Amino acid sequence: MKLMLFAPELVLLLGSLFLFLLSTGKAGSKKARAVTLGLALFNVLVCLVCLPLAGSLFYEAYRIDFFSQLIKLVMAMGFAVVLLFSTELKGIDDEIRPEYYLFLTLSMLGLTMLVSSVELLTMFIALELSSYSLYILVPMRDDRTGLRMQMESAIKYILFGVVATGVMLFGMSYLFGLTGTTYLIYLLPILHQMMGNPAALVAIAMVLGGFFFKLAVFPFHSWVPDVYQGASNETTAFIASVPKVAAVAMLIRLTAMATAEGQGLVTLLIVLSVCSMFYGNLVALQQTDMKRMLGFSGIAHAGYVLLGLVTMQEVGFATSLYYIIGYLLMNLAAFLVICKVSAKGENLEVNDLSGLHQRSPLLALTLAISMFSMAGIPPFVGFMGKFMLLTGAFQTGHLSLVILAAINTAISIYYYLSVVRVTYSTSPEDRPAVVVGGVAKAVSVALVMIIIAMGLFPDPILQLATYAVRAIL
Amino acid sequence: MDFLIMNEMGFPILSALIFMPLVGALILLCIPGDTAAKNWTLLVTVATALLSLSLYRNFDATTAQYQFGEHASWISALNINYTLGIDGISLLLVLLTTCIMPLCVLGSWRYIDKRVKEFMICLLLMETSMLGVFMALDFILFYLLWEAMLIPMYLLIAVWGGPRKVYASTKFFLYTLAGSVLLLVAIIGLYLDQGTFSIPTLMGQDYSITFQVVVFLAFFLAFAIKVPMFPFHTWLPAAHVEAPTAGSVILASILLKMGTYGFLRFCLPITPEATLIFVPYILWLSVVGILYGGFTALAQQDMKKLIAYSSVGHMGFVTLGIFVLNQQGIEGALLQMINHGVTTGALFFCVGMIYERTHSRELDAAAGLGKFMPIYVTFLAFFSLSSLAFPGTNSFVGEFLILVGGFANNKIVTAFAIPGAVLAAAYMFRMLQRVVWGRPVNPDHSGLSDLNLREMATLAPLLVFVFWIGLSPGPFLKVMHVSVTHLIEQVGGGSGGAVSIARLMIP
Repeated sequence: MKLMLFAPELVLLLGSLFLFLLSTGKAGSKKARAVTLGLALFNVLVCLVCLPLAGSLFYEAYRIDFFSQLIKLVMAMGFAVVLLFSTELKGIDDEIRPEYYLFLTLSMLGLTMLVSSVELLTMFIALELSSYSLYILVPMRDDRTGLRMQMESAIKYILFGVVATGVMLFGMSYLFGLTGTTYLIYLLPILHQMMGNPAALVAIAMVLGGFFFKLAVFPFHSWVPDVYQGASNETTAFIASVPKVAAVAMLIRLTAMATAEGQGLVTLLIVLSVCSMFYGNLVALQQTDMKRMLGFSGIAHAGYVLLGLVTMQEVGFATSLYYIIGYLLMNLAAFLVICKVSAKGENLEVNDLSGLHQRSPLLALTLAISMFSMAGIPPFVGFMGKFMLLTGAFQTGHLSLVILAAINTAISIYYYLSVVRVTYSTSPEDRPAVVVGGVAKAVSVALVMIIIAMGLFPDPILQLATYAVRAIL
Repeated sequence: MDFLIMNEMGFPILSALIFMPLVGALILLCIPGDTAAKNWTLLVTVATALLSLSLYRNFDATTAQYQFGEHASWISALNINYTLGIDGISLLLVLLTTCIMPLCVLGSWRYIDKRVKEFMICLLLMETSMLGVFMALDFILFYLLWEAMLIPMYLLIAVWGGPRKVYASTKFFLYTLAGSVLLLVAIIGLYLDQGTFSIPTLMGQDYSITFQVVVFLAFFLAFAIKVPMFPFHTWLPAAHVEAPTAGSVILASILLKMGTYGFLRFCLPITPEATLIFVPYILWLSVVGILYGGFTALAQQDMKKLIAYSSVGHMGFVTLGIFVLNQQGIEGALLQMINHGVTTGALFFCVGMIYERTHSRELDAAAGLGKFMPIYVTFLAFFSLSSLAFPGTNSFVGEFLILVGGFANNKIVTAFAIPGAVLAAAYMFRMLQRVVWGRPVNPDHSGLSDLNLREMATLAPLLVFVFWIGLSPGPFLKVMHVSVTHLIEQVGGGSGGAVSIARLMIP
């Protein structure tokens, strides 16, 4: 049943077509939201059903295996969570909300296709589908400040994005030139024989660049703070979470190509990892805007994720996957709080969280747990992930990298703690209580519980991740 | 698993002790009302304390193995297990924790008037993680609880603390966390060397000297900050002064002990050769801590600060006792850990009781209380005497053993520690004199009421222990003896000739 192999993508595709029709008519934003939410939840269900499938489509350009299906499920869940808590879509004009949902869904479709692509051009098209949709989402924010901040962000996003894409395409052309094929399965054996060849290394590194951009790894990180700040809170919540999962998945797929001979690649990854961690954490210390801070913290987390890739082993890849799933959860929890606390969709300063423990105890707790988890304090998922990443990197002999990562944990705690401090140690003054709907409450409780559960019992998810990685090695 | 005697009590008692406060905290979430929350927390902590007494009853003091053992696979991918067990070193610390907690609840009865339920939840979470730290025999379980404890403790200071709570709580968190990140790296290093996180298995292995030194330093940094030893102590006075009474008590009585417990449980048996290399330096650091703490305490006007600095001095004695590496030294250190928990905890309660009445902790503001609060000053006097190691009180036994052990190991260093005992008398008597009699003209205290029944109930059990340990330390030394002997065998240091002298002098 070939249709089932493509079911998650089909659902999203049909959904976005329907949204397109809706957006041409006079349909209200409520209807569009209901459709998108229904679509997202249905997509989770479909992904769940399609989880065990395996096969290939479109002349081998598209591969369905446990790896791709697991990532699709994780992303579908992330997508659903974002939609569940962004009820009001405060930062977007009512008129263009149907279009907003359309492009959000299209972007999701691109990401879903990306993780199954095993052919360079398919990969490129899927990536661009998701990227261009995201580029459009950023300037859709209403112009509240009169400074057209969102336009500036969007232009930066596109420019950096296009450059990264260009680099990636250039790398792909090298790969094609070296091997004469664009299919990863045929490309791999040929590439293995020429791993000593600098051209091959440059080619792989350049292709990785496209995904480094998505994951916000140094030096492809410079879009992050401005886009996070300029885009509306809900958009940022999506950009900061779901695409990063896809990026890590693709990085794992591509790094796995290099295997044992790829010492040059390992060195490159180590350097990028260290730079990302230090740059992200040190700059984040200075931030006062919540989203900017989370942006820089995201750069640092991208650095941590690379710790798993440098091991070039199944376990390392699996822990990277585990870590990014954990990061998705803690990031969503943080953005849930931001979206709810921000009354009219404005950006939040850290100080705007003052007295949150009185204004909304649940949100305060959610935020605190998310921050502690990102800082790597047990018993949360951030600790378990970081611990396993460190163990893996140590095991493969990268002791200095491990020590640098540990030092980074100590640096990062300061800014995470300062958020908790503002939340718990200050009085609200005249800031109003935060009204949280029942659904958002349920989502935040669920996120907190999963963050704790994954921190205490990592075995099941880790095993899933290991099976997934085994499927592509 | 030859190091572990499995639990045969019919139910997993150690897990029960760990999870009772946690379950209590979860149930507390659904209990409305402040008074009900207090009563419930008191009930949970008392029940935990009563249950823990059966540990002492069933403890086998003739073996150095870990008892009441529990073992279950936890994270199979990394060979991490849920292993619990206690020996003579951890038994008393576990009992100290369970017995202090109900008193903390009693001591916060009136002091905490806002967000009572959350406060009680934090206390219960603290109890869970502290007990877990003392019982864990798996490194990751230990580390997880060791770090997780920072969160409720941070909240205790940051939410319910004094005017400079933000500064104090942040400093506390940063110091402790910064100290323990390298601990994690060292733990991973040990795991990769031996393929296990089981603490007893990692002891006594054949590590290279370089590896031992590196691991020792990583351990030492984490534990020295927690103790706190001299150059790493600056977080302590800040945290003590700003924390609410119960927070100060938990900090002083139990949290500080985790540092010294860490030395005993990890540094000595896992990296014995590195320990021997670093012993001279640590002994001198301890002495510096003793003298520095004493002199600084002498100059304090704030009573909490005074006691906080006295803690630095007392913990200096404890580390001195540990690193002289002989029977008397370590037994004295272990006993002194309990003593410090009892005495300093009680002193913090005493300061808290004044603060509830006068809203000041200044010595001058509390001058001349003796006339109006006779019962209070009686308690205060006994605890102060205990703090300065007056013969007949608990600290005397501990300090005496430590000094005996110290002289057997290194006479010069120990001689420098003696003035510390004199300093302790000086600052304690200074405080006592001010509080009881004051100056010719004192602030008006005529409106103050003496201790009520609840407050007496908080202090009385501690006073009982002051004299019990002081007059008859046998039952306490008995349970640790075999474990300490075993520990010294692991380090390879011989016990000096002072054993017989000490045996003669201590009943």
